[in-house]
Amino acid sequence: MSKQSARIAFTRTLSMLARKDPRLFALATDSRGSAALDDFARELPEQFVECGIAEQNAIGIAAGLANTGKKPFICGPACFYSLRSSEQIKIDLAYSNSNVKIIGVSGGVSYGALGASHHATQDVALMRAIPGLTVVLPADGNQTEALTRGLASHIGPVYVRMGRGEVPDVYEKDPPFTLGKANVLRRGSDVSLIACGEMVYFTLETAKLLAQNGIEATVIDMHTLKPLDEEVILDAAAAGAVVSIEEHNIHGGLGSAIASLLAQRRPTFMRILGLPDEVLYTGTSAQVFNHYGLTPQGIAQAAKELLKVRKDEPVYYCAGSEHFSQ
Amino acid sequence: MNAGEIARLANHRRADVITMVQRAGNGHTGGALSSLDILSVLYYGVLNLRPSEPNWPNRDRFLLSKGHSVEGYLALLADCGFFPVEELRTFSQAGSRLIGHPNNKVPGVEICTGALGHGLSVGVGMALGAKRGRDAFRTYVLMGDGELAEGSIWEAAMAGAHYMLDNLVAIIDRNGLQISGSTESVIALEDLSAKWRAFGWDVTEADGHDTSALLAYFHGLQTKGRPHCLIAHTVKSKGLPFAEGDPAWHHKAPNADQLHAGYTALNVEGVAWA
Repeated sequence: MSKQSARIAFTRTLSMLARKDPRLFALATDSRGSAALDDFARELPEQFVECGIAEQNAIGIAAGLANTGKKPFICGPACFYSLRSSEQIKIDLAYSNSNVKIIGVSGGVSYGALGASHHATQDVALMRAIPGLTVVLPADGNQTEALTRGLASHIGPVYVRMGRGEVPDVYEKDPPFTLGKANVLRRGSDVSLIACGEMVYFTLETAKLLAQNGIEATVIDMHTLKPLDEEVILDAAAAGAVVSIEEHNIHGGLGSAIASLLAQRRPTFMRILGLPDEVLYTGTSAQVFNHYGLTPQGIAQAAKELLKVRKDEPVYYCAGSEHFSQ
Repeated sequence: MNAGEIARLANHRRADVITMVQRAGNGHTGGALSSLDILSVLYYGVLNLRPSEPNWPNRDRFLLSKGHSVEGYLALLADCGFFPVEELRTFSQAGSRLIGHPNNKVPGVEICTGALGHGLSVGVGMALGAKRGRDAFRTYVLMGDGELAEGSIWEAAMAGAHYMLDNLVAIIDRNGLQISGSTESVIALEDLSAKWRAFGWDVTEADGHDTSALLAYFHGLQTKGRPHCLIAHTVKSKGLPFAEGDPAWHHKAPNADQLHAGYTALNVEGVAWA
């Protein structure tokens, strides 16, 4: 099993693209180290802009650069961009339809030991509620590479959140990638597991554990949180039980998006797995995941409990929901 | 266009503004009128634009960071031919694109503004884009004085000096008033000139209603290696004797009688589009 850091894959790909396209710019907020942009800054100084520790200003600068035909990628910790500069994202980028890509690195609990100030676990909820913004959480380095190539030719504002450390590869090199089109990684008829970001790998491992118990799971990589691939979710609900898994507060993220869709179109038994709405336990991201059961074992346990609840619940009729007739 | 003609046209745009606001029943009269001579000098005498080709790459960039002064901005864009002047009738009407703050669905508007403290950062990006692209255009950002309490302005001020953006001009509509009263009583700004100088800017102070002085300033910008800041001293609600200097007119619409009193004071018979 090979591993790589998504942020390193991102920077490597962006540098490669920027050598051929002088309009591609990278912006940092004293985040050259955290975003792995040192080499880019050295090699392509005319395409690099250091903004200092000033995230609001940096988003505005990116919008201004985009207005002059540049293609800015602004790269720094997700916790700061998603909150500190959310008004600039709303107005300068989304409302104004500026062609800027925000690369939020060290998202979720990548900085788990640094405390809640450095956790980015509200970002998806915030960014999803901004009209005009695309929101993406890649699962691994190979997908990040494909995503970065896609973003270089995509026009419009996008928020990308990725982690800091190395994560196991979910995909082979050069995987197919389309914004807004989820990847079904495995098909099973008993339960559907829908994950994003670093949770995708754990979810694939979960499916293996469940198979050992005779439970066949569908596994979906919902890399694009907005626009949401509604069709793939509605299809997945045919299993009658859906578990969402995300490195995010349980409010407002992937689980909320799926629940909102299913409640209106195809009511389905569901569990939303994520980080609780509390000041989080601190530690490495692996320790935080273990603490909250965001592990293959924890996810499998939740899936089994959901299947049991579903079996024990009284059958009821729900208009428009054909699969509730047991 | 000479300074006298610009001053005359500025009063016509003032008439547009009070008519728009009176018809809509709401609007930011005070700041729109205080900034109108600055805007008129820019649009009639300084900016290099192509109204028929609003996204012409080499156009000068203008940003209304004090987005609430949108009425004068729209009146000038219409008069310069970016959209039909008759569309001013729709200002602030349901479904109109001419809304209470600038939005870039309107030809000639570069970026949406309205929340204060955003424009100078965007202007820094535009000026930096021009430098890196070896483009000759200039970027002008008009800010309110009350707006300067926003911290992001000073982030942008640092960046503008750091990147030596002598193709960037920040203009401050120094009317001295904001919605709660005088700027000095709300959060003191003075010594404003010294603050901008300390941030590394080439600072000039001028009468923001003297079209001749404003024209001379914009055409005479020479300093290299530093961004420019013009502190333009103005009078809130300039041109309406019954409203001048009264903070209540920050966001207030004239009634029909006041509208006609305004036309008389401005020496304008009315507006053709209304």
